[in-house]
Formats: sequence, C-alpha cells, structure tokens
Amino acid sequence: MAEKKISKAYRDEFYPPIPTKMTKYWRTNLIYQFFKFVKLNFKIMRMVVKGHS
Amino acid sequence: MKIVILGAGISGHTAAAFLKRKLGRHHEVTVISPSQYYQWIPSNIWVGVGKMSVDQVRFKLSKVYDRWGIIFKQAKAMTIHPEGDQEIKTGFVTIEYTSDGDSGKQERVPYDFLVNATGPKLNFAATPGLGPDKNSLSVCSCDHAIHTWEELQKSIALMKAGKKQRFLIGTGHPKATCQGAAFEYALNLAFEFKQRKLDHLADITWISNEYEVGDFGMGGAFIKRGGYITSTKVFTESVLAEHNIRWIKRAGITNVEPGIAQYELLDGTSSFVEFDFAMLIPAFAGQGLKAFSITEEDITSRLFAPSGFMLVDADYTPKPFEEWSIRDWPEKYQNPAFPNIYATGIAFAPPHSISKPMKSPNGTEIFPSPPRTGMPSGVIGKVVAQNISEIIQKGGSGHKHLANMGKMGAACIVSAGYSMTKGLGATMTVSPIVPDWEKYPEWGRDINATVGEIGVAGHWIKLFLHYMFLHKAKGYPFWWLLPE
Repeated sequence: MAEKKISKAYRDEFYPPIPTKMTKYWRTNLIYQFFKFVKLNFKIMRMVVKGHS
Repeated sequence: MKIVILGAGISGHTAAAFLKRKLGRHHEVTVISPSQYYQWIPSNIWVGVGKMSVDQVRFKLSKVYDRWGIIFKQAKAMTIHPEGDQEIKTGFVTIEYTSDGDSGKQERVPYDFLVNATGPKLNFAATPGLGPDKNSLSVCSCDHAIHTWEELQKSIALMKAGKKQRFLIGTGHPKATCQGAAFEYALNLAFEFKQRKLDHLADITWISNEYEVGDFGMGGAFIKRGGYITSTKVFTESVLAEHNIRWIKRAGITNVEPGIAQYELLDGTSSFVEFDFAMLIPAFAGQGLKAFSITEEDITSRLFAPSGFMLVDADYTPKPFEEWSIRDWPEKYQNPAFPNIYATGIAFAPPHSISKPMKSPNGTEIFPSPPRTGMPSGVIGKVVAQNISEIIQKGGSGHKHLANMGKMGAACIVSAGYSMTKGLGATMTVSPIVPDWEKYPEWGRDINATVGEIGVAGHWIKLFLHYMFLHKAKGYPFWWLLPE
C-alpha cells in the first residue's frame, strides 16, 4: 500500500524559499561554477589579507 | 630562549611553525601534545560519511618537527608553574607522557615563553548520556568520525533493507558551539542518502541551541541575495527545507538515553525526540590545567577562568548584551598576570558569547558559545608567534601584531555534499567575526564583505582548502606564503 504523503503546510519547513529548477541547474553548471570559484576565492583572499594585521 | 607550546592543533601548530621559522636554531621551540598526529579537523565531516579515510586528514607530527628542528613531546600538560620553584628558576610545565614507551612518565619542562593552545576538552560529561561511549556520536576528532562512519554504515544497511531511520544531528548541550560542523554533517547525510536513492527512508532532524537557525554562534549574519539583504536565518532554513531536514531551534539537550534525546526549550517547556542515529556536538571546556606559585599555592584563578579557558587581555567585566563592544575582545592573547604566557585558538577565555545570552524561565541558559575554530585560530597562533619572536629578537614588550575578532574576517565553507560534479558547498564569509555595531550600525558587519553562495564551487573551495592547509601544515615548499 502506498504511504500517505503528509502535508508540510503550517510547519516551519513550509515557509522558507526553495530553489527553482533553474537555480539548482546553475549550482552545478561547471562553467558557471568555475567563474564562481574564481570570484569566491578572490573575495576570501581579500578578506584574509585584511584580517592579518 | 625556550618557547613551549601546549597543543598541536590548528593554532598551536601554526604558532610552532612560525616561531621556529623566525627564531631559527638559536632558540628552542618545544611542542607538547597528547596525540602523535596533526588533524585537519574541518575534514572530519567527510571521514564521518566515508568520503575520506583517516589518513587523508591527519599525519604524524614527529616527521614535520624532526625536519624543522622542533622538539616534540607526546604528552599532556598537567600543571603550570609560572614562577618556577626552588630548583627551576624560570616558569615550567609538568607533563605526563602518553606515548607507548613512556606512558605515565612525568617531566618538568622549563620555558621562557609559554603558548597555551590546548584546544577544548570535549565535555560530553556536561550532558548525561551524551558521547561516543554512551548514546550519541561525534565528529569532533578523527577517532570519533571513524566510529560515526561505522555506525552510519549500519543505518545505511538497514535502509537498504527497507527500514526507515531517524537521524538527529545538532548541538548536544544548551551552550554548545560548532553548529557549523554539525550543520555540514546533516547536509552531507542528506546528500549521501539522495545519491544512494535512500532519501525516502531517512528522517533527518536538526536540533540546535540557536535562537534562530543560521545563528552559528556569531549572532547570525546578513547577506546581499536576490535584490534583498537577507538574514542567514532565511538562508539556512532554505537549505534545511530543500534537503527535507526538519529543525528544532532554541533547544538545549539535557539528557540522552538510548534512542531518545530530552531537551528543554527557551520557553521553559520540555520535550523529547527519538532517534536511531544521533550525532551531537558536546559542550567545550578548558583542559582543566592547574597553576601553582613558587610556594606551591594554587593560583589557577590567576591564569584561568572558571570554564578552564585561559585569561588573556580581554575585558571580562560582566555587562549586558547592549553594552558589548569589540573592545571587549583580546588583541594580544597575553595573560595579564604573567606576560610571558599566551593563549591561542579555543584555549583563550572569551569575554562573553557573540550570540545574545538567553535563559529559559527555569534558569537554563540556552544559547551558543562563541566559535573560535579554523581561520581565527590560525591567525591568532601566527600573530602570537610573530609577537614573541620580535620580543625575543628585538627586545621590549611591544606587540606590533594584533588579532581582534571584532576586526578580523572569517570564511566558512559549509560542505553540503562530496562530489566534484554534483556536490555542493555553501561559501560564507563574514567581516568582522564579532559584530561591530559602532562601525556598522545597521547590520553589525560589512555587508559588502559578507557572502553566502551555494554551488559546486563551494565544494571545490572546501576540497582545495583541505589540500592547501595540509600542504602548509606539513611544511611543504613555500608553506609560509599560504594564509591561515
């Protein structure tokens, strides 16, 4: 017998924003993520350099 | 000069490396650590889900220290004698060896400068029933992470046989910290179950002492996202909801029995949650070192706070949350009573938490302790090494290098799945770590330096940092150029 699906309505997990299919696609698009990798590394390095007095 | 460092974790190892590099052969650097290994603790998450072996996250310290000319004693520190005694005129530390051949042997190790980088005692005993020897699991050390992976394989086998499993992940004490590590573990579990097509049989619950999820012990943060300035509460809830992870917030676990965790909520009510597998982070405490004067009088309270963490140049005056300032936080990490003693990483006593203190009507304090792991630990270790070596080489008592957590930024890469093409990581940066409400009255931090991004790039960064920091810790070519 198929298990009854329980609705999430009115629970905490019902309200947060959930990524769309397109958002999920971009998260694992390797070309797009390569540019993100470079950009995030740059941001981290900038902060690391600032953090060392 | 003799410099003794207690502990060989991220902070102690960094301090030892830079002290030896700057002081060379003319001065003696000794590291005392009860473990023969250096562990890259952030990657224990991957050991706990079977994605890395223990040998990928640790190496033997003696190999590196032999090459660098650092004296290594595999032992635990027992007592500190800052004034010496009738025989030894300088300060000294009594240690007890833990290595196989010398186990139990005691020795007195004199010092001119002492760096306390002992890290935390994993205080499982603060929560009845908590811990790998009792009713829950941990990823706080390599050994714990291996054990957790063994237990996880049993749950996976049961799920493959069609049996539902309940996973409880989070903080195991009302004042525990390191929410980030537990959060990573919850996300990695969800990812692994999805990869194995077992996610319909996994019921994962996140339990945390945070007022709102996404607090992470640093009062949360705000990020620019989708045209809005959004709280990490929204960001974190979104990640949890996406992975079908339910959450219980404002919860302090008070007791763990086999398969049941009891908790008190901030509103004073009590409840329980049942589990088949629980990975819960314990409270942290200091290592419980004692200190004695030249007349053998107990002077522990001059060196250590009641929590066991070492007192440094912080402002420990009790004050309400609204009056907290970044000036409360230490910059030099120097003990006020004994200026040749420093405490780095988790070993220093913070002036107060970063998250707002909260108390239930029953008087139970339920809020995260301040995190001081990873990047700040490394930076503090380096700054203390730079100051000590300059005092030794140039004289004087100046501290040119400062590291206030209210001025220092931090990057936290939250692994959400181990795969080069399908894996995910949440890259989070905050600057400063401790909110500076005077400089940034609106959000407490520099909104342009605060980042929150999810993608496979985050996984690549986490993996890249794993190899980069192990390269640095092993002292491979140009290690000193790599940041903390």
